[in-house]
Amino acid sequence: MEALLGPFAEFGFLRRALVGCVALSLSAPALGVFLVLRRMSLTADVVAHGMLPGVALGFLVAGLSVTAMALGGLLAGLAVVVGAGALSRATGGREDSALAGLYLVSLALGVAIVSTAGGAVDLSRLLFGSVLGVDDAALWLMAGTASVTLVWLAFAWRPLALECFDPGHAAAVGARGGAWHLMFLGLVVLNVIAAAQAMGTLMAVGLMMLPAAAARFCGRSIGGMVTVAVAVALGSGLAGLLLSFVADLPSGAAIVLCAGVAWVAAVLFGPVDGIVTRRLAAARHLAG
Amino acid sequence: MIRLDDLVVAHGRRPAVHHLSGHFQAGSLTAVVGPNGAGKSSLLRAIAGLHAPAHGRVQLAGKVALLPQAAALDRAFPISCLDVVLFGLWAETGAFGGIGAEGRARALRALASVGLDGFAARPIGSLSAGQLQRVLFARLLLQDAPVMLLDEPFNAVDAATAAVLLRQIVAWHGQGRTVVAVLHDLDLVREHFPQTLLLAREPVAWGPTAEVLTAANRFVARRMAEGWDDTAEACRQAA
Repeated sequence: MEALLGPFAEFGFLRRALVGCVALSLSAPALGVFLVLRRMSLTADVVAHGMLPGVALGFLVAGLSVTAMALGGLLAGLAVVVGAGALSRATGGREDSALAGLYLVSLALGVAIVSTAGGAVDLSRLLFGSVLGVDDAALWLMAGTASVTLVWLAFAWRPLALECFDPGHAAAVGARGGAWHLMFLGLVVLNVIAAAQAMGTLMAVGLMMLPAAAARFCGRSIGGMVTVAVAVALGSGLAGLLLSFVADLPSGAAIVLCAGVAWVAAVLFGPVDGIVTRRLAAARHLAG
Repeated sequence: MIRLDDLVVAHGRRPAVHHLSGHFQAGSLTAVVGPNGAGKSSLLRAIAGLHAPAHGRVQLAGKVALLPQAAALDRAFPISCLDVVLFGLWAETGAFGGIGAEGRARALRALASVGLDGFAARPIGSLSAGQLQRVLFARLLLQDAPVMLLDEPFNAVDAATAAVLLRQIVAWHGQGRTVVAVLHDLDLVREHFPQTLLLAREPVAWGPTAEVLTAANRFVARRMAEGWDDTAEACRQAA
């Protein structure tokens, strides 16, 4: 216990990063679960790459200022989400190559902009995160985003679930699925930006998607999946920050690696369709 | 009553339903039959308001409930039978309204009436195709709409399920609801559906089943669906 909590007791910057991660671990994985259920798992990645030019422009104008970078990221992220939706409609659902093109160009543009203004350290910090990055403004952003998301989810749960499960029925009963979905995408952008404060823009998606992907193998209801995803995110946040501190790794990469361990375990041993679980059940069935 | 006025439903530039006019009498029980790609599903979606007509219009009063083709649903979705059925209450509860003990009791009764007593907590992933179709029927029961649109309700379901669902359709007819069902089994149509619309993009025949389902009409329908021509006669007349 001492070894677990010691670094957090000793270093303020680590505590701040932990508080931010705990806040976002309550909200981002829930959004991730709905993305997984809508088969939009890659959307969050597109958002994370797409917002990079905006973040980079913010950095160019104001340096490492949370406000400027978050604002730039928010605008660019929303533009990419809306653009991706329009692309998807225009190409009749065959948008994957267009999305791949979109986010590669965005990533390259962002890297180019940051490189003109700052050095390799700034670039690495923006992309992969640094626990030193969580200042007061970043904490407010993270806590505020989590609060807004949780309150919104309380209202949006039923329409979101219906829109995910049966969009046809949602449209037939006039559930305004499109409007809810748009707000949902806006919150996805906001959560990715907030998580990027501690984890970097490229790794921020990990806190949203990996716990949700793991939960797919553990939960038999949407609520159950969200509970599992939040638990995985909380655990990976804590373990990842420790790993980052002990092994001197970028915080984003460390947290995502820890979430990745949970995901692999779930794919193999998850009670719902885990690979090993299924084999064992089949073997028992044959033996009995 | 549902009135169709020179209705054209298109997917992009391809018309799926072509210049269809006529009406479904209030309280009528109508089968929509025709070859694949004849625009049967598109017609139902247009009546339900899910697909805006490219031309013409649909006039109807009151609520409409649509049973979509079950194949469109993700069977691995983590949701229980009870929750699926409860979505049928949307018109009453909206996004935020409480459901309460009475709503739950109605949902359980609906499940029981399609022969799924005790299935409330079961995830839909564990159901057979027939059982899932029964769940969707239970959801329709809760929607309690005066107009019921059913898109291939008996597709890929077992005989026992088909019997249960058919009994339910006949009961709706008895309650004075307007029922329109897309079907393939012509024997079943002859036996249970007083009215039939034979569709092959354009209406081939519409009226009492015995008069519509003649061999000559069915031959015409098949030929019309296969030999499709963008500059069809009816279109030039309308233009």
